[in-house]
Amino acid sequence: MSAVDPVYALGLAGVLFVLGLLGVLVRRNIIFVLASIEIMVNAAGLAFLAAGARWGQADGQVMFVFILAMAAAEVAVGLALALRIRRRFNTLDVDDLRKLKD
Amino acid sequence: MQHVLWLIPFLPVLGFAVLVVFGHRMGRRTIAVIGAAPAGAAAAVAIATAVSFLVAPPATHAYDQVMWTWFRIGAFAPRIAFHLDPLSLVMTLVVTFVGFLILLYSTRFMRGDEGYRRFFAYMDLFIASMLILVLAGDFLFLLVGWEGVGLSSFLLIGFWYRERANGAAARKAFIVTRVGDTALLVGLLLIFTKLGTLDIQGAMAAAQSQWAQGAAVATAAALLLMGGAIGKSAQLPLQTWLPDAMAGPTPVSALIHAATMVTAGVYLIARTHVLFELSPTARLVVAVIGAATLLYAGVSALAQNDIKRALAYSTISQIGYMFLALGVAAWSAAVFHFLTHAFFKALLFLSAGLVIKAMDEEHDIRKMGGLRRDIPVVFRLFLIGAAALSALPLVTAGFFSKDLIVDLALTSVHGGVWLWLAGVVGALLTSLYSFRLVFLVFFGERRGSAPVATRFPRLVVWPMVALAAGSVVLGWIELPVHWHGWSLFTDFMASALPVPGIRAGGLLDAIAVTLIPAIVSVAGVYLAWVLFGRRRPAVAGSLVTRPGFRWLAGAALAGWGFDRLYHVALVRPFLWLAHHGQRDWIDRLVSGIAGPAAALGGLLRRTQDGRLRYYLAAAALGIVVFVAVGLLR
Amino acid sequence: MSLVFLLAIPFAGGIVAWVAARWSAAACRWVALASAVAGLGLAVGLWAQHYHMWGAAVPSRSIYVEPVPFFSELDVPWIPQAGIRLHLAADGLSLVMLMLTFVIVAVAVLASWRGVRRRAGLFHFMLLWAAASLAGVFMAFDLFLFYFFFELMLIPFFLLVVLWGHEGRRRAAIKFFIYTQAGGLLMLISIVGLYFIHGRQTGTYTFDYLQLVNSGISGWTGRLLMLGFFAAFAVKLPAVPLHGWLPDAHSQANTAGSVLLAGLLIKVGAYGFLRFLIPLFPQAASDIRYIAMGLGVAGILYGAVMAFSQTDLKRMVAYTSVSHMGFVLLGVFAWNQIALQGVILQIVCHAFSTGGLFILAGVLEERLGTRDIGGMGGLWARLSTLGGFGMFLVMAALGLPGLGNFVAESLILLGTFSVSRPAAIVGSLGLIVSTIYALWLVQRVFHGPGGESKPGTPARLAPREILMFVVAIVVLLWLGLYPQTLIRTTDAATGSLLRTAPAMQSPEPGSSATEAQP
Repeated sequence: MSAVDPVYALGLAGVLFVLGLLGVLVRRNIIFVLASIEIMVNAAGLAFLAAGARWGQADGQVMFVFILAMAAAEVAVGLALALRIRRRFNTLDVDDLRKLKD
Repeated sequence: MQHVLWLIPFLPVLGFAVLVVFGHRMGRRTIAVIGAAPAGAAAAVAIATAVSFLVAPPATHAYDQVMWTWFRIGAFAPRIAFHLDPLSLVMTLVVTFVGFLILLYSTRFMRGDEGYRRFFAYMDLFIASMLILVLAGDFLFLLVGWEGVGLSSFLLIGFWYRERANGAAARKAFIVTRVGDTALLVGLLLIFTKLGTLDIQGAMAAAQSQWAQGAAVATAAALLLMGGAIGKSAQLPLQTWLPDAMAGPTPVSALIHAATMVTAGVYLIARTHVLFELSPTARLVVAVIGAATLLYAGVSALAQNDIKRALAYSTISQIGYMFLALGVAAWSAAVFHFLTHAFFKALLFLSAGLVIKAMDEEHDIRKMGGLRRDIPVVFRLFLIGAAALSALPLVTAGFFSKDLIVDLALTSVHGGVWLWLAGVVGALLTSLYSFRLVFLVFFGERRGSAPVATRFPRLVVWPMVALAAGSVVLGWIELPVHWHGWSLFTDFMASALPVPGIRAGGLLDAIAVTLIPAIVSVAGVYLAWVLFGRRRPAVAGSLVTRPGFRWLAGAALAGWGFDRLYHVALVRPFLWLAHHGQRDWIDRLVSGIAGPAAALGGLLRRTQDGRLRYYLAAAALGIVVFVAVGLLR
Repeated sequence: MSLVFLLAIPFAGGIVAWVAARWSAAACRWVALASAVAGLGLAVGLWAQHYHMWGAAVPSRSIYVEPVPFFSELDVPWIPQAGIRLHLAADGLSLVMLMLTFVIVAVAVLASWRGVRRRAGLFHFMLLWAAASLAGVFMAFDLFLFYFFFELMLIPFFLLVVLWGHEGRRRAAIKFFIYTQAGGLLMLISIVGLYFIHGRQTGTYTFDYLQLVNSGISGWTGRLLMLGFFAAFAVKLPAVPLHGWLPDAHSQANTAGSVLLAGLLIKVGAYGFLRFLIPLFPQAASDIRYIAMGLGVAGILYGAVMAFSQTDLKRMVAYTSVSHMGFVLLGVFAWNQIALQGVILQIVCHAFSTGGLFILAGVLEERLGTRDIGGMGGLWARLSTLGGFGMFLVMAALGLPGLGNFVAESLILLGTFSVSRPAAIVGSLGLIVSTIYALWLVQRVFHGPGGESKPGTPARLAPREILMFVVAIVVLLWLGLYPQTLIRTTDAATGSLLRTAPAMQSPEPGSSATEAQP
């Protein structure tokens, strides 16, 4: 099994990250925002994996496990919040939620 | 007797303190005793001191008693110290003796007043302060008395505090004199800075030895002290407070605003005569102020209709004479006039008080008339006072003292014809306005209501009789210069106050100098009779109808517009400033910084509008910028 | 070690008072009073113990050669890495300030004996912690420690205004906080700057006052550093034009708060000038001498005119403070023995005369329910005892000879006269304007008509209230007739302060070498 050139892996991670970021910026539905954040987190995880593979260190995989756990927790909290917000404000549009600021 | 000097001011202080702390539990009789007794006791101590001083004159010609060193900072060590020389002795005797008589009079005169205790407390405070003023051996200690008399004068002018007008008069008196006091304080700063001491005798000796004749610094110091003196003594241009000060009870006007406090300025200049000897300029200024004031106030007195205001202007005028004497270096003549003036002016005020009481608080002489039949005792006493004020020759004390001043105004080496002329014209004015009062109040027909009281208790009358006796006989201790008789007063003063040099003159001069004022004062009485005393005051009537004269009389009545001038030039700008500054523009300006800060905050707040996606975009942009900067460096 | 107790007593007393309030408000008040009196007793004991040290009959010049008269030093490392030490010491000046602190706090406790019902425990805690931090300020001989207490002080004062003040208290408290905090931060910059510059020059990085004194930093660096201190102290003092917080804070605080503010807080500014600003930067200070004196004169006159124009009694008294503190600024920058003694006397006398007037305002407000001068008048008929006290305090405020303020102000003017004649002459005009506002006050409040028309007779003065006035009267009379007690206490201290700042040396008035004949 030949190693993948880390440049490609990092490039993929970068593309995924930017896609996720654009998703966060342009989507107004809170579910899609959460999904986009998930993509960004996984992009970061991919970058860790690629770097770990490149240096032959286990640290990258350790970090990926951390990220998975964190992402799972985040999704759980995020979806629960989204549910409460839907119930309470009857919307999932983040721009409509500006009133939370006050 | 040196060691009991402190008792003289302390006794009235004690009386004041007892009345203030315990007075609310006392009856009127106790209050009267505690109020008047300290002045009597102080008078007794003063007389005992005087006797011992005369019998066995101290080698230094003065008693000194140092109580304690006030404080000591480096070389600056003012002391709470008393200094009694002939000058102080005369002042002390007058203050305690006349003060005691007036307090005796007040015990009955003020009986019906609800502020009985307050009255005596304030009077004691005044007498104590005045005694400190005349006995202080240190300028700083002198200021204690100086401001103390100002305070008690303020309290007593505004004694009937419910009337706003009385409060205004009291305030005016304090503030106007305080203007002079500030000059005095600056003068003391100058003296200390230059001479290194505020001990009066020490400073005078130092000035004598260190400053040249006519030195600018001596002139400056003398003029600054004179500023304090003219404020206290109501001389031009700070005279405006005294006529208004008549708002106080009549005994107050008699003691404070006629006999004693207003002469504090005379005392101060006599006390610091060394400075004025060094500075011909300052002396000339004093003489001119005195001459101008005596004419100004004499004319104003002639136009007054309020009996007390007329007497107040007369006081200003008589103090003008004292200043004239000081200006020609006739120091002891000034003090001599102070002495006789204290007696006859107090007498006049106390009589006026009885007249006012008899007329049921009526001050206007146009509504009196013919009172000599109703209150003959008061008439006689008033007549004696008026005669002494007019300086009727030989029979009154006022003649001897005023003659001395008018004489020396010409014959002193520092005198001059113009000053003498002012004195002579002033003498005419004096007898004119004095006997105008006499004729309008006591002669003619009754023009107002009938008197409500015609008999007065002995405790009121006898003190006045004592004052009247003084007004008649006191003059004989000092005969006119050209009589070549005795001059006990000047001799006694000689150790404290130098005798002025006399210009040599012929016999004709001497006759002219002695005779003319005497003739003029008698002529003034006759003129007053012609104008105001005869049944048909035809001359006066024809005068009054002329518009020019009415304008003149109105101006004189209003004190020649000084009040209005000060109101426009000082009071109104100050009130304007206070009114417009009420909201503190400096604070507003500084607090104005808050405005731009708030605006900036408002701008920044706009960026935090709650739109999450913009926050994130900004954050992403920020990261990109930072990374770009990091990479491109 | 007694200096430590001077800190510990009020700190601990504050906590005990807070706890005691759980049981009863009275216990809390008594604890607070006892702590203040204990602190006072200790300070007076220290003073009595050292009184003989300070030039009983020192001939005029010998003060310039005596050693620095500090005593009772506690000097232990606090943060040694940064050269910060817990350095407590006191000289005559500090001791005077300490005694003043505890007297005024005791009076403040008495003044709020009946008035403070809400959260009494917290209130007395704040009072005592204010006292403790003030005591710290007056004893700290380490700049960092000084700054620590200087800022600590702000918290109790802020809360005293904001929690127990009058209707406009929030705005006033915030204004007060921003002013003092801005000044304080500028001073912090200067302290740190001084620390580094001094460290770089000498190699020892230290905040110790005695080492930093007269550090010889001159030129623009010195001037800028000095201005940082100037900002902090000029705000506290307050000097025109930085006085804006004072009328608001004084008038909105309750009686005890006003007494503390007028009696102590603003004195920190005066103390700071004396102890820190000029000794640390003599050269720079002498550069701005005439500007500062000008500000002092401006303060005297401006404060007096403003006082005259106020209608709120407490606001009026507050402006008189601005006027009186103008004299302090004038005297500090005159910087000779006579002027400095005058400044210290003024500090003490002003605390009592103005503190007394604030108590008067509080007493009147309690009885009449108003601070508006227009709503008073004719009170003499109904409250003649209070009228007498008011008259006395007002006379003290206008500088009546025989009372302490007169000695203070004339010493300041005397000291100023040999440095700058115009300043002394214009400053003495303040005596006229102060007469105007003082008479106006007493006449509008106590004289005039209207005494009978209003229903009801206000309650007579309680013994507690009389006690407070009597304390003020006794002190003012004493300092007016025999200020030597105080002057002797601070004689050596002022002498050593003068010695630290030779660049500011000014002619001592009255000495033979003062001036040449014109």
